[in-house]
Amino acid sequence: MFDVYLNEKFVGNVENIDGFVKDVKEKRRTSKFHPDMSIYHNEEFNEVYINTTKGRSIRLLVRVEDGKSLMTKECVDKLVNNEITWDSLIKEGILEYLDASEEENALVALDENELTKDHTHMEISSIAILGLLLSLIPYSNYGSSSRLIRGNKIQKQSLGLYSSNFHSRMDTDVSILHYPQRPLVKSFMHDVLNYDKHPAGQNVVIAIMSYKGYNMEDAIVVNKGSVQRGFARSTFFRPYLTEEMRYSGGLVDEISIPDKEVKGYKSETDYRLLEDDGIVYTGAKVNQEDVIIGKTSPPRFLGELEEFSVAASTRRETSTTVKYGENGIVDTIIITENEDGNKIVQVKMRDNRIAEIGDKFASRHGQKGVIGMLVPHEDMPFTASGITPDLIFSPHGIPSRMTISHLLEALAGKVSALKGLQVDSTTFDVYPEEKLRDELEKFGFKDNGTEIMYNGITGERYEVRIFVGNMYYLKLEHMVANKLHARAYGRIQLLTRQPVEGRGKGGGLRLGEMEKDCFIAHGASLLLKERFDSDRTVLPISEKSGLVAIHDIRKNKSTCPLYGENVEVNNVEISYAFKLLLDELKALCIYPKLELKSKY
Amino acid sequence: MSSIYEEFSNIPESSMNEIKELTKGMDQSSRKKVLKRVSEEYEKAKINPGEAIGIITAESFGEPGTQMILRVFHFAGVAEMSLTLGLTRLIELFDARKSPSTPLTKIYLKHGYKTDVDKVKAIAASIKETKLKDISDEFSFNLTQFRIEVLLNKKEMKELKITETHVVNVLKESLKDLDVKDDNGTLRIKPKEKDSLSGLYKLKEKLKYAAIKGVKGVEQVTPVKQENEYIIYCTTDNLKDIFKVEGVDETKTTTNNPFVIADLLGIEAARKIIIDEAVEVIKNQGLDIDIRHIMFLADVMTNTGVIKGITRTGITSEKESVLARASFETPIKHIVNASLIGEVDNLNSVIENVMLNQPVPLGTGLPDLVATMKEDAVKGKKK
Repeated sequence: MFDVYLNEKFVGNVENIDGFVKDVKEKRRTSKFHPDMSIYHNEEFNEVYINTTKGRSIRLLVRVEDGKSLMTKECVDKLVNNEITWDSLIKEGILEYLDASEEENALVALDENELTKDHTHMEISSIAILGLLLSLIPYSNYGSSSRLIRGNKIQKQSLGLYSSNFHSRMDTDVSILHYPQRPLVKSFMHDVLNYDKHPAGQNVVIAIMSYKGYNMEDAIVVNKGSVQRGFARSTFFRPYLTEEMRYSGGLVDEISIPDKEVKGYKSETDYRLLEDDGIVYTGAKVNQEDVIIGKTSPPRFLGELEEFSVAASTRRETSTTVKYGENGIVDTIIITENEDGNKIVQVKMRDNRIAEIGDKFASRHGQKGVIGMLVPHEDMPFTASGITPDLIFSPHGIPSRMTISHLLEALAGKVSALKGLQVDSTTFDVYPEEKLRDELEKFGFKDNGTEIMYNGITGERYEVRIFVGNMYYLKLEHMVANKLHARAYGRIQLLTRQPVEGRGKGGGLRLGEMEKDCFIAHGASLLLKERFDSDRTVLPISEKSGLVAIHDIRKNKSTCPLYGENVEVNNVEISYAFKLLLDELKALCIYPKLELKSKY
Repeated sequence: MSSIYEEFSNIPESSMNEIKELTKGMDQSSRKKVLKRVSEEYEKAKINPGEAIGIITAESFGEPGTQMILRVFHFAGVAEMSLTLGLTRLIELFDARKSPSTPLTKIYLKHGYKTDVDKVKAIAASIKETKLKDISDEFSFNLTQFRIEVLLNKKEMKELKITETHVVNVLKESLKDLDVKDDNGTLRIKPKEKDSLSGLYKLKEKLKYAAIKGVKGVEQVTPVKQENEYIIYCTTDNLKDIFKVEGVDETKTTTNNPFVIADLLGIEAARKIIIDEAVEVIKNQGLDIDIRHIMFLADVMTNTGVIKGITRTGITSEKESVLARASFETPIKHIVNASLIGEVDNLNSVIENVMLNQPVPLGTGLPDLVATMKEDAVKGKKK
């Protein structure tokens, strides 16, 4: 007697477990049961689990019987000629869906050559074991798995033509690559995905060599001429949104140029770009903190109304401004209504981004790096035939990472460029390396892809031959323009009087606990004090009570909170954070008494 | 002759003796030159006043500590005997945990024992703890007589050289109020005072783990050959009882628990164990930390005569400043206690001054201007 569970619930027992499982499977294959259903025989505990729930990932596999695939050539031909459909193959039981648990009972072959009597299933195509993005990596069966996973992740960050209607979309933080290209070295998956319609990179000539140390630690050296000719340019879009909200008591927001009476009025220059309706005009050049949508809101608390007689002066300024550190040109303005019937204004800003030092690039093999230097075209090394590479990649990136696929792509790219045809390098079914070498030789190149090169500055010949090839490079969404940040002075927190945190708010860069320890370890006592001076305050301390006294600037008189006037008060310079600590102790009914002593 | 050495009294005695040995046969002036040079070098090697040795030690541990593998086992010669190493062991050591997660004693043997395989094996067998369950086949209740009957395994007993009378005597001695009789390989055990049934059951469990032979707590004993002599490793820190075993060399045998060492051999020995254990862990990880940092830590942990860990209950609780203590874990406890007794913080140390944003008394912040001022000049300035 064996237990049977349906959707994790016990339903009954069966006598003949193997017969039962076989029977259920047979019924599924003959469409008596739904093809999504799965049955799993746990051989360890001799229990059967049947699952029909949603949320299980299921995989389509070709069934195998007696070491022979049921997907015969006949079937394939019929399928190609549209005589039968995919669904009919599932109904006939030639193809079958397995979920993760039923896979435990199956032995799946990668391809037909591998089939034995023991196999129960076969992959539809051997590339199906890879994910969508992984199958886009050329020659990936020559790469190391950890790098391929990284390459996978990198492709998601690449800039391209993500959508052809991007003009009318309001996506946050997106970029469009200018002049995207089809990859010279592609895989079968590129065709399936219609990759040619939405490419995400550009073909460049790379040379694998060092260039004055500017490409060390994974950096890349890029030809300035290539950048000027349009390589890796992109447009960055940033949408801003404002809603005209309605509040209780008939109060409403108002999108307009704020009145001068409004609380928190900025300055006339800040509103200079607004038109009469309170919104910027398209084509306006905007800089950080410029107002792009003028808006005023009613007071936050109704009580505020009574304090002032002029109604306008009680309204608050709630305009939308360009984010800190960003600038660009106003691209699109959309004025519409949302589901609550409130007016909505959306302004999309566009910024042209030319590749600069610090921008991140990657090939499809997990080989990422930032631009370390932009070299003028005339200073770049050139080959005997006069080719100047667009990009110089450091050879140190290869040995430890074992990305042979990276090198093979460069080789295949070179052949492709010379032949004028895309090279197919689908995983497990690649255009063979020997053929690439033969063809390169036919075109008059060295079969290993190396070429004689000359120093671009001195004109001297390099002693070694340098590997040159064509590769598909991706510009990634991490651009310095979005990250660069420094501060000398700026906004501080209300509570601690220390600088605020974060680039978006123009915050400071924290000198943390461990950095502090470093100063101490060096004995740089006064430098440490200076670094922590951001919340320096001078406090009048009453000698008698040891508490912070109140200083009246007009009368130039200090009052002790305990003993009143006529007490000796001395000024002490401490951090505001410590004053806060003293105040918090006082709130806990602890009397922190400062005993002053002359330092000398 | 001695006057020339007195001139360079800053050179430590051991170094001085070495110099005396090396400069034999030199004339007076060149010997003086040597001494002068050594004296200068010695002064240079000294740590400057105001050097932040504590933080430097912490950083010297902290930086390589990030590269440490969390939990590593090291096998002391044999696979079944494992030893916790890595960051876990280091934390355990410096936190001064009362007992290590893998206690280990390294037994060195005296002359006449250490090279004799049979004697070593005999000692190893005598150390291993044998429990009643190890030499018996069955534990059963005889409810009519209200007693427990234990069927002894004679074969096992013969191998371990234990006699029935020995078992009876040991049981009588270790578990009081018991009536133990041997009846041809079956022990009949009856409590002298009549107990409840659950009491009898508890007694049975107790009997199973009753020690018959060996040193208490020793579960594994492994003799290992090391350079012509045998060393016995055993998984215990019960050094006190091991010292009583005949043939054990008390001058060399150690354990990895500094508390046991401190009890038995004194605090200086415990300091040495802390240093040795820490060095072992660091070496095992392929890291290199200057031994003086480790010595400094061990000194801090042991200088009061008892081992104190680098924790909030250990050495940190002995800091003079309230603010310094409050800045390291459980601040409320320290502030509340300080406010109850009206503690005064003189702001003499580093962390308090960082909090107040004052120059820390270290490095360049240490020297002060010392000047005698006229009384009225000071007063005039204040006004």
